[in-house]
Amino acid sequence: MVTLGELGMVRGVECDAAGGVVVRLAPTYAGCPALAEIRADVAAALRAAGFAPVRVVTVWSPPWTTEWISAAGRRKLADAGIAPPGPVPARGGGPVPLVLGARRPAVACPRCGGRETEEVSRCGASLCTALWRCRACREPFEHLRGV
Amino acid sequence: MNDEAWGVPEAEGGRWAFGTGFADPLHGVDVAVPAGVDGAELARVCVALADDALVGAQRLAEWVTRAPEIEIELALANVGLDLLGQARLLYTRAGQVDGSGRGEDAFAFTRSAPEFRCLRLAELPRGDFAFTVLRLLVLSSARLAVLERLAGAADPVLAAVAERGVAEVAYHRLFAAEWVVRLGDGTAESRRRLRRAVVEVEPWLGEVVDDRVGAGLGVAAGAVRAACARDWRRVGEEAGVRLPLPAPWDRAPGGRAGVHTEHLPVLLAELGSVAREHPGAAW
Repeated sequence: MVTLGELGMVRGVECDAAGGVVVRLAPTYAGCPALAEIRADVAAALRAAGFAPVRVVTVWSPPWTTEWISAAGRRKLADAGIAPPGPVPARGGGPVPLVLGARRPAVACPRCGGRETEEVSRCGASLCTALWRCRACREPFEHLRGV
Repeated sequence: MNDEAWGVPEAEGGRWAFGTGFADPLHGVDVAVPAGVDGAELARVCVALADDALVGAQRLAEWVTRAPEIEIELALANVGLDLLGQARLLYTRAGQVDGSGRGEDAFAFTRSAPEFRCLRLAELPRGDFAFTVLRLLVLSSARLAVLERLAGAADPVLAAVAERGVAEVAYHRLFAAEWVVRLGDGTAESRRRLRRAVVEVEPWLGEVVDDRVGAGLGVAAGAVRAACARDWRRVGEEAGVRLPLPAPWDRAPGGRAGVHTEHLPVLLAELGSVAREHPGAAW
């Protein structure tokens, strides 16, 4: 299981002397339908563990990117059949350049490890994934695209 | 102090299925308005950008079950979902700072067409696939230029939404640009469709490139035009099709002034049908 911490979504957890706890969570995509569920799950888990009151603070800035995913998180994603994102170059303050015809960096197949893979679609079944295919084992797989 | 007092109103009992029972897209965000920020102007910008996103998302959603391949259908729906996410945050922010206390649904479902501030290009009917990807390229080039600059806005909520939106819209632009190149560089039929799409979008480009939506919040005049010129030249060279940069717009009232095409009321009628039938419904 990949944890929210490994995904880089937890920006901080603070307890006070009275047993209250504040969790700072960074959302991934603005349109991600799981955001509210994640928030409620975190609050429910803390309440079940005896903390009260529980407060979840949403942190949009600095924004979450795939660079926040830890090494352990990447390993677990691959174990679950989702190819982890590659490195994303840091962007300065300027405009985002439009780069056409760039070769996609090779993505290793999370099933067989083969590197003879190809992108089928830039957008996969969820907001955060692209659809890829392995030419060696012939299996399709999801790739968490780097943003 | 209970959880409610801490701003955690999400009663477990209200959630009957995944994703239900959550009312506030800005839940848990510090929504204080910094001193010196003009709430009316901030709301105006948020509503205009949210309207572009909501109307654009609705047109993209119309492709579901109609796209040439399921992968394309997913891609267009996901681009629309990104835009819908941005719209929800922006409407919510607008209702907090314009003094009305309106929520996202009030903005989305209870306004009539003349109250919408979207660009008219966003509201034109779905068209064919070439029109869809060309329109997406045009609108995302312009939106990206605006969001890049609003990432430095004085309002921290708008700045954060814009900053996160940049990464999303840059991806939309790349997706659209690659398809425009593929169609322009494809078969005789795909080239013919793309050329027709260029003719179809052309009358609406002035309003897009000379858009002054963020002018009151520091988006420099000419920034959108310069960004579009750069992007369209680059894509046009690869696609072998010229994407014309329009003459300076004469500023006849357009979508930003509430003047729309006959297509917007039809879109809004469908978009708001459930909300009208079940006023105040939540799920």
